[in-house]
Amino acid sequence: MRGRQPAPPPAVGGARVEVVGLTAGYGRTTVLESVRLTVEPGGWLAVIGPNGSGKSTLLRSMLGFHPHEGLVRVDGVPTTGMARKDRARCLAYAPQTPVLPEGVTTGDYVTLGRTPHRPLLAAPRAVDRQIVADVMDRLGLGPMAERPLTTLSGGEQQRAVLARALAQQPRVLFLDEPTAALDLGHAQQVLDLVDRLRRQDDLTVVSTLHDLTLAGQYADRLALLSGGRVVAEGAPDEVLTAAALSTHYGARAQVVQGPSGPAVLPVR
Amino acid sequence: MTTTAPGARTAAGALPTRRRPGLVFAGAGLALVLAMLAGVWVGALPLPPGAVVVTLLDRLLAPLGISVPGGLEGTHEAVLMELRLPRVLVAVLVGAGLAISGAAYQGVFRNPLADPYLLGAASGAGLGATLVIAYSPVQAVGPIGVVPLAAFAGALLGVGAALLLGTAAGGWHSATLLLAGIAVAAFLSAAQTLVQQQNTDELRQIYGWLLGQLGSSQWSDIVLVLPYLGVACVVLLASGRALDVLAVGDDEASSLGVHPGRLRLVVILAASLATAAAVAVSGLIGFVGLVVPHIVRKLTGGANTRVLPLSLLVGGAFLVLADLVARVVLAPAELPIGVVTAFVGAPFFAGLLWIGARSR
Repeated sequence: MRGRQPAPPPAVGGARVEVVGLTAGYGRTTVLESVRLTVEPGGWLAVIGPNGSGKSTLLRSMLGFHPHEGLVRVDGVPTTGMARKDRARCLAYAPQTPVLPEGVTTGDYVTLGRTPHRPLLAAPRAVDRQIVADVMDRLGLGPMAERPLTTLSGGEQQRAVLARALAQQPRVLFLDEPTAALDLGHAQQVLDLVDRLRRQDDLTVVSTLHDLTLAGQYADRLALLSGGRVVAEGAPDEVLTAAALSTHYGARAQVVQGPSGPAVLPVR
Repeated sequence: MTTTAPGARTAAGALPTRRRPGLVFAGAGLALVLAMLAGVWVGALPLPPGAVVVTLLDRLLAPLGISVPGGLEGTHEAVLMELRLPRVLVAVLVGAGLAISGAAYQGVFRNPLADPYLLGAASGAGLGATLVIAYSPVQAVGPIGVVPLAAFAGALLGVGAALLLGTAAGGWHSATLLLAGIAVAAFLSAAQTLVQQQNTDELRQIYGWLLGQLGSSQWSDIVLVLPYLGVACVVLLASGRALDVLAVGDDEASSLGVHPGRLRLVVILAASLATAAAVAVSGLIGFVGLVVPHIVRKLTGGANTRVLPLSLLVGGAFLVLADLVARVVLAPAELPIGVVTAFVGAPFFAGLLWIGARSR
């Protein structure tokens, strides 16, 4: 059954992700139309756009969870032909509202990230435990390994979800609204962490972010979705303009240049 | 989180038995053996415990050519070998099958209220059994009674109908399947009631079956159940790790390389096979499949790799003890075992919840 699939890209560093002509919807309603995107290896693309513009659907389609037309290529290899397991070895995903199972320790939860790297029936090997321990230490979760996941704080849980995704040793990390449930300080901590991991491991990051200022500060490229299409794509200060915010968000805002990227200031 | 009971827990919120799953398994195994021994010792005709053990050892070692002298003889031996032992073994198999199926259903639907009867297995079996009790001209096909056969087929047909309806209505999502199961179960229950009301002469027999009974258990029941239960248990035990992955959600399981729909289908089919086999020989025994997995999770945490095998042991022990109570309380009359599992199980479960809430 594995014979027909193209070999997965070798697992070193971040991969280039290309989306060509991606069209997706729910029933007869089209949500995304001919979306075209490219993310360079080791880059961070933030998908922004007003509510209902299809940000999450785009992410879920790129990961193959949502039926769609068009192509998604990882280092030139179309993901549609890949075995699910091979895809799981290069693409990791942290959802907006992760399901946190009851009665499971944080260590066991993070270990789930090793699933695509061994047969489904097999117990975690020593190398899996080592990778999990390393990831948890890097994310400051070492002392929480034996604690039930549901007893951690919101910020710690978000880090545990990240740790699980990183234990997959992916080449591309997909984050759906990683800061949605966090206050400003914790949101910055998580994004700082993602940025550090991205630079250390040369990871490619694709995230949705509804907070435009955070998107402008952290991502190196933005794609603005509106009405199911990418209406602007480029460096943050090219995409985040007062005119674009007015046209696509119906918002009154000034865009201020901060030290590390544009910041959006809503005005009355 | 604060700990009120001094010394009860080492670290705040740590799962108490995390480091000694072996001990929990040994304890559950011992409980099962003790429950089975109690099951064969106690009854209307009390059997001498020592001689019972000797007889059982003698039978176990006979294939090796070893004979152990000093066992039971005559009526005592017949009571042990033809009445008590098959009954206890059927109780173990049925309890184990319902409990592991319940754990699997709860895992696959990520719903703590799920039980093996959720998708129409119970109502399908009920309709099948009622139909043959009311209309079948024969009592048995070969050595196998028509009621177990009809119940087995009815349970599988019920679940099959729910799965077909669910997939036709929107794929392998748990909510769609649940609603399809509820619709099928309601329809089959209504049909069962209709047949039952048209045949009031057989009402007593039908009710007796619906409430569950192990009184007529024979060795042939064990032969009937064991292959299906065996296959189902192997599949379910092997699915533990995959179910742990599914516990984090369909999308995330997908992102980890697991096919949620396919896994759900395999686990539901295996669990339904085990349930159908159990229901065929025992009728509808409620509560075991719902409660035993929760008891097990209190003991060992939520990891399915431990919950599934432990549910087998605890479910077996639980049903043997429930059957013991059913035989003893109103002796020489018997209570339907489904009444006992609920009557004993519900307060026990409530107590467990209460203790769990207090120690938090």
